[in-house]
Amino acid sequence: MSQYSTTHLRTYLSLFFIIFSAPSMAIEVYDFETNEQEALFQQLTKELRCLVCQNQNLADSDAGLAKDLKDQVAEFVKAGQDAETIKQYMVDRYGDFVTYDPPLNASTIFLWFSPLVVLLIGGLVLFINIRRKHHE
Amino acid sequence: MKKVLIALIPLTVFLVLIVLLYVNLSTHTEVLPSPLIGKQIPEFEHPTLYSNKTLTQDSFKGEPWLLNVFGSWCPSCQYEHPLVTALANSGRIKVVGLNWKDEAADADRWLKRWGNPYHEILVDYEGDTAINLGVYGAPETFLIDGTGTIVYKISGVLTQENIQQELLPLIDKISL
Repeated sequence: MSQYSTTHLRTYLSLFFIIFSAPSMAIEVYDFETNEQEALFQQLTKELRCLVCQNQNLADSDAGLAKDLKDQVAEFVKAGQDAETIKQYMVDRYGDFVTYDPPLNASTIFLWFSPLVVLLIGGLVLFINIRRKHHE
Repeated sequence: MKKVLIALIPLTVFLVLIVLLYVNLSTHTEVLPSPLIGKQIPEFEHPTLYSNKTLTQDSFKGEPWLLNVFGSWCPSCQYEHPLVTALANSGRIKVVGLNWKDEAADADRWLKRWGNPYHEILVDYEGDTAINLGVYGAPETFLIDGTGTIVYKISGVLTQENIQQELLPLIDKISL
């Protein structure tokens, strides 16, 4: 009986730790005056890439530079700048790569349209197959 | 026959993908092109580490110079340090250091230990100028001409190769 309950206890304990460990991740505190500012900050740091660890966004990164850039974004947000101005500030310095929402230009045209091309190929294959099945 | 060909399509796609990935292994996409090339160096005002001056972007106008972003906390900076020294000693270009997010005492100890090749060392304690320059990791080196225009940037360490093939030809060109 005692062994049975220890196993259970262990399961519950593990569950407990799994559930309550999640919110303890890095949370930076900036004092924003309004909820809109807070939301804008959250949105921007999600859209801007951490240049050090390049597959993370600013919000998720703990790198020193990411901290500096977040401070900078927070400062701009508090000063009442809009999203476009702040993003342009980063793009002017770090290039298009800094944003996860790349603009449409010659070097990104493949990036933007390759999904469409793949969709077209898929559609074509599907169309041919269906027509063949129909004829049989 | 046709069935065999169709069955071969996934294999072909797979092989093409492997070849593409293999070719891409040697290209370093983490090195980002700087949007600042061809533009004026952003304004700055920094104290220097040793000379007790406050310098701005205009302090260096008149002749080409290199701005080398370094920190005592940066192992790669130590790695490229002999090459920075050699370049500065060659007298072909003025080399200015940007001490990025570093404690003065640490920077001083580092420079005493490995030598100080720099004409001047700007102290960017907060990292503001580094952000304005689009620096995302030390070391980075900017080549700036006599009018204050950023001509070239090397992200990462200086090597014999990039000095000989990229920097020196450009230095010769803008020194004319």
